[in-house]
Amino acid sequence: MTGFPILTLMLLVPLLGAVACLVSGNGASRQIALVATLIDLALGLVLWSQYDIGGAQWQFVERVPLFAGFSWALGIDGIALMLILLSVFLMPICIGASWESVTKRQGEYYAAFLFMETLMIGVFAAQDLYLFYIMFEAGLIPMYLIIGIWGGQDRIYASYKFFLYTLLGSVLMLIAMLWMANEAGTTDIPTLMAYDFRPRAQTWLFLAFFASFAVKMPMWPVHTWLPDAHVQAPTAGSVILAGVLLKMGGYGFIRFSLPMFPEASAQFAWLIFALSMVAVVATSLIALVQHDMKKLIAYSSVAHMAIVTIGLFAFNVQGLEGSMIVMLSHGLVSGALFLCVGIIYDRLHTREIDRYGGLSINMPRYALFFMLFTMASIGLPGTSGFVGEFLSLGGIYQVSTWVALICTTGIIFGAAYMLYLYRRVAFGDQRHADAAAMTDLSFRELAMVVPLGLAVLWMGVYPESFLAPMRKDIAALDARVARAKPAGDSQLAAGKGVEHVAAAEAAAHEGAH
Amino acid sequence: MDWSHALRLIAAEQTLSVAGLVLLLVAAWAGDKASRAISIASVAVLVGAMALVAPALCGGAAGPGTEVFYGQFRADAFASFAKLLIYGSAALALVIAPAFFERFRAMRAEYPVLVLLAALGTGMMVSATDFLTLYIGLEMNSLASYVLAAFLRSDDRSAEAGLKYFVLGALASGILLFGISLTYGFTGTTQFGAIAAAMHGGLTVGMIVGIVFVLAGIGFKIAAVPFHMWTPDVYEGAPTPVTLFFATAPKVGAMAMLMRVALEAFGGQAGAWQQIVIFVAVASIVIGALGAIGQQNIKRLLAYSSINNVGFILIGLAVATPQGASAMLTYMAIYVAMTVASFVIVLLLRDAEGNPVELFADMAGLSRTRPWLAAGMAIVMFSLAGIPPLFGFWGKFVVFQAAVAAGFVPLAAIGIAASVIGAFYYLKVVKVMYFDEPAGRVTGASDLAHSVILVAMGLFLSPVGYLLTKWLGALSDTAAAALFHVA
Repeated sequence: MTGFPILTLMLLVPLLGAVACLVSGNGASRQIALVATLIDLALGLVLWSQYDIGGAQWQFVERVPLFAGFSWALGIDGIALMLILLSVFLMPICIGASWESVTKRQGEYYAAFLFMETLMIGVFAAQDLYLFYIMFEAGLIPMYLIIGIWGGQDRIYASYKFFLYTLLGSVLMLIAMLWMANEAGTTDIPTLMAYDFRPRAQTWLFLAFFASFAVKMPMWPVHTWLPDAHVQAPTAGSVILAGVLLKMGGYGFIRFSLPMFPEASAQFAWLIFALSMVAVVATSLIALVQHDMKKLIAYSSVAHMAIVTIGLFAFNVQGLEGSMIVMLSHGLVSGALFLCVGIIYDRLHTREIDRYGGLSINMPRYALFFMLFTMASIGLPGTSGFVGEFLSLGGIYQVSTWVALICTTGIIFGAAYMLYLYRRVAFGDQRHADAAAMTDLSFRELAMVVPLGLAVLWMGVYPESFLAPMRKDIAALDARVARAKPAGDSQLAAGKGVEHVAAAEAAAHEGAH
Repeated sequence: MDWSHALRLIAAEQTLSVAGLVLLLVAAWAGDKASRAISIASVAVLVGAMALVAPALCGGAAGPGTEVFYGQFRADAFASFAKLLIYGSAALALVIAPAFFERFRAMRAEYPVLVLLAALGTGMMVSATDFLTLYIGLEMNSLASYVLAAFLRSDDRSAEAGLKYFVLGALASGILLFGISLTYGFTGTTQFGAIAAAMHGGLTVGMIVGIVFVLAGIGFKIAAVPFHMWTPDVYEGAPTPVTLFFATAPKVGAMAMLMRVALEAFGGQAGAWQQIVIFVAVASIVIGALGAIGQQNIKRLLAYSSINNVGFILIGLAVATPQGASAMLTYMAIYVAMTVASFVIVLLLRDAEGNPVELFADMAGLSRTRPWLAAGMAIVMFSLAGIPPLFGFWGKFVVFQAAVAAGFVPLAAIGIAASVIGAFYYLKVVKVMYFDEPAGRVTGASDLAHSVILVAMGLFLSPVGYLLTKWLGALSDTAAAALFHVA
């Protein structure tokens, strides 16, 4: 489809907004930021409405050979469309979450967020290998500044850890990309997705990409930057980190690792399964003993992302669809949970769980929404969490019943730590006078949580709206990886056993005569 | 040989030498009062010289037609590319200098003349196709540089820098001469083309020792590990405009000279020196990064950063392909911009009385007191670290691309992994400026010339720079093709 360059426009709006924020400083930057993100949300909705479901695989394609060695190539399929929608949906909420809590250096703050938005959309829309890398890496700079300038007590340690961890993961991916472009003679992602690399080369390429995406995802044991970054980042930073940045890892697997290296993906599936199983059990148990609300949710993110990875490497449609829905759902739910933490943090300035209690008495509306998101995180039927986890686990069951068994414990653990958190924060006695005196949600806060709640319910009740645009792309991906599909232990062959035994018995019977 | 043709090819050198001598006389007669006028004249001469060498690059001059004086000197597109960078950075070193020296009442008329002569010598280095021309150019540059390093006579650190630079520079020249004499002894010539022909049949031990000594001598000049020891002291001690000059023009010159020597004279025997260059490259990246971590002085940090950058540039040499050479040239162009920007910022770091501020502790919270200056520094630091979308990434990108294309995947992987170490200390600068509480030391006003240069370099290094990649890539390719035309 050639026509109006809507993707470029979506990248330009926040970029120009960011420059305007930098110039206007403390004055009008938050209004500018809100307007810019709302315009992008509107453009995102236009994108969704104009997306031709079942049409061409790549739509809204733009291609301008602007640079030496790579081009300004944009285009989206259904998977990218959904992740872009998630990004533009969360951004105005982030701006809203910072509306009153960020008081110092507002111009730079909102500029950093708008830069971030440009880069996030760029990552999902890029159709050129190097353009993707530039967008992917560039996100480190604004996030480093967001954590470092507006973060909590240990923000400097957390910002360094975030930056260097992710950088080390990504640089090897660049070398792999250079090699691929040299080998295949193109940097066009759709072409590379159909290019067959030698299986031996695939192994190395897969590992290089894995280093980057596993850190970004994050997978156990390279997840340790995440709790630090989440806890120290300001509320909106945590929302965007959990909501969108982690999805870049999953997107990377689905866009690069699986279609470009199917054999290597199958070869390393056991590694993914092993790490994911450890992650589900270990990080869930760690979440259970946290005293810090943000840390608890951060660890729960690692566990949920492990469900995404097993679904991705199940090599079947169910697993892939489930992973995508878990990613979208987790983006909404964990974003919402961080927002809920932020709302009470703004009032009491502590994330200690013990400092709260009985909030359902003085903040009933807050308690209601917090309950909704808690349930969605657990995966209660009717919420988005259920759909995704059910599909993912259903997908992995076809490959390995054992992996499915262990990963399902994640849901039980999830219920344990989330309900435990909810009980301590919302139920029980009002033990602290200052916590009991907190006011209920303001209009601004309601305006943030209500859309999130509605989206969570929508995705839970009628996921077809979100699955439909991705169906064809996931089917194409499934067909692409089918040749390397591992055998499953749950698909039992129709046995000849009964006749066999009967014949043997008959023979034995005759022999006795 | 057609003399008029020869003189036309060396027009830039002639202009510089005549202008240098005339301005020297002016300086002698008119004294320090005329220093500003001499500076302006020198900048004009350098810009004129740039205009004289530019056509060779744009026209892609290469081959025997660019040789003059019986193969002593070659004015091809490659030399032209390097000369543009050299003359350009020398001109910038002149533009920013008066504001700095006047504060110490040390602006003397010799400064522009010395810079001019050093630029002339550096330009000869990159055009040399004979070890004798090379050595003359090198010494011309070095002698001027020794004086420049010690230019602030009242400052002990400056005097120390000058002495250190002189002693180690003389040692390096000695090593280089020893290598040249060995090469001459075993090949019977000092001319690059003839050396390549003599080495065609195979290497004798004497030739190998000669190659090693020549490379070691040049290694001093480009400040590559293990010949880097002098860099932090000289960079710290020399007056900041002079440091800017040292970090750009002579470095580009020495690097281009190294390329010509390695790829042209020893080009047929790349296997003999590739291991050395690979070791030096990786060692420079790692030691440059590790050494920078503990520094408290921004000029010392930038010195280690330049060592680190030299390592990345050398990766392009190690692959010994036209693509690698082109990548080196692109990297050098970007490196010059980053270096100029970083030292201009260092010049702008001044307290209320106008005294220079060089310590990290004094830069704390700069983003609050001088937001645009801090933003400029942040751009330069992220750019030096090679984080996209800043333009510094492009330099690293093309170098690693060349390495991977030539099959040096492990080298590229090691190099890029080591770049993460470097990112740590670049981040530290950003951290000090953005995360720490303001120290309130940097309050001095900025000059117009400095601000203009800074804005121009900042724009070049910002993502806007990527729009230039096609143009820069084409020029680098032309220059690299000229280098490989004869070899």
